[in-house]
Amino acid sequence: MSLITIQNVTRLFDDPKRKSAVKALDNVSVEVGRNEFLCLLGPSGCGKSTLLNLIAGFDHPTEGTVKVGGHVVTAPGADRGVVFQQPTLMPWLTVWENVAFHLTMQGVGKDIRRKKAQHFIEMVNLKGFENHFPSELSGGMNQRVGIARALLMNPEVILMDEPFGALDEQTKMEMHGELVRIWRESQSTIVFVTHGIDESLALGTHVAVMSARPGRIREMIAIDLPRPRDPTSPQFNDYKRHILSLLRPEPATAEA
Amino acid sequence: MALSSSAPTLPVPQPSVAARPALIKRLYRRIERAIVPLLLLVGWEIFSRSGVLPPALLPAPSQVLVAWADWVFATDGNTQTYSGHWIFDVAASATRVFAGFAISTLLGVSIGMAIGWSRTVERLIEPVLQILRPVPPVSWIPLAIIWFGIANKPAIFLVFLGSFFPILLSTIHGVKTCDRNLLRAGAMTGGTPGKLLRYIVFPAALPSIFSGLRIAVGSAWMLTVTAEMVAVKSGVGYVLWDSYYFLRYDIVIAAMVSIGLLGYLSDLAIKLIAGRVLRWQRGSTLQAKEG
Repeated sequence: MSLITIQNVTRLFDDPKRKSAVKALDNVSVEVGRNEFLCLLGPSGCGKSTLLNLIAGFDHPTEGTVKVGGHVVTAPGADRGVVFQQPTLMPWLTVWENVAFHLTMQGVGKDIRRKKAQHFIEMVNLKGFENHFPSELSGGMNQRVGIARALLMNPEVILMDEPFGALDEQTKMEMHGELVRIWRESQSTIVFVTHGIDESLALGTHVAVMSARPGRIREMIAIDLPRPRDPTSPQFNDYKRHILSLLRPEPATAEA
Repeated sequence: MALSSSAPTLPVPQPSVAARPALIKRLYRRIERAIVPLLLLVGWEIFSRSGVLPPALLPAPSQVLVAWADWVFATDGNTQTYSGHWIFDVAASATRVFAGFAISTLLGVSIGMAIGWSRTVERLIEPVLQILRPVPPVSWIPLAIIWFGIANKPAIFLVFLGSFFPILLSTIHGVKTCDRNLLRAGAMTGGTPGKLLRYIVFPAALPSIFSGLRIAVGSAWMLTVTAEMVAVKSGVGYVLWDSYYFLRYDIVIAAMVSIGLLGYLSDLAIKLIAGRVLRWQRGSTLQAKEG
């Protein structure tokens, strides 16, 4: 049984300037199984972030249903950890307090919070920075704090919205390696939004290639590559070629 | 290659020559803040002694200092009934400032949070507050006297009126400019609206609240003194007005300087508290760099 079920979801946004609705998602159906790592890949404006927001509960579908763990999603909740595009940490809290924010919301005492946070701080390799403020860390480090915060909730699924978009190539590759390690260690399910083909192939067990206007799932590809993945291997490039061919022929018609 | 070969020829700092200007620079930094006040005082002293104005109308700083010293330490009794009474006058005024300021902080922050957070509360309460706001607090004096009599209460009421609105407006602004994404992150971690308000919106609004408090404490002193001149028979403002009747302009000026000093100190206290509470901002703002 799949963990996330997205069934015939359509999401319309009103566009008062054009006096018509924009179809951000058009009849999208996706299933994500437990322990899978799904990458939503597509050009900007293809509705991949919209889809992620629907799973997170920040937004609601116009038609269709989104279910996580058998329950229809109506609001954000701690069963779905989100790692945002920007780290989105509380700037007035130290690293460990940010990581343990979920426990603060639950009214858990300081000692337990501190102890639990430590485990996840070590998991994302931030030992020694527990008492730093976000403003004292680099972008990559802050993004790790965001990941640790999501992991601590022990969510059914972790939703990531281009979390490494603002990082340089080298840091990004390093983070990819760590994310895969964390995903394996924590046995979690991840839905990861990206516009990078290499990124999706380096990470995902599945890649859902999306097309824009209206947003649709073009093809769901299961990635059968050994880890750690070698982006120069012929198989990797076969996948890449295939995805490029899916993305390329899209004509630049913006009428829809 | 060019870079590495040029490294050994970098100019070596010469301590013996550089040390002296550095020392002078440091000495200058120490006295920098005192230069303009000192020049003003000296100019004032010279002007007062020159006889352009009758000395009774503009007492020289030295004369003010003598009066002030007696007011504070009872040195020679020249301030008569006020001799050695300064600390009590200050305490009386400070109590009023503190009481009024505490009430307006409590109400300003809580009402401000409610208005900033809820559209309904905003629509219900804001019009009334915005009509009351432009009414000068001083114009409440007649009503304050008939409602509260002549004592601490009307003064506290006036202080409250003067400091409430800056705190209210800056709290509303702080809440409204809270990053929505932080609230999303809070909702994602399972926060209820009440918890989000307490753990995200309030801390996010604190920098703005503190700037409101700093503005408010200034008006608090202003209104205590005003109230004491009209409706209360104690405090620094009362001494100021009373001394005017006795043509003791030296005491008037000593009282003015006292108020200035007290206002400065209360602002400093808020700044220090803000520095502690907002220590997470250190290094991320221009102010931190300047300080």
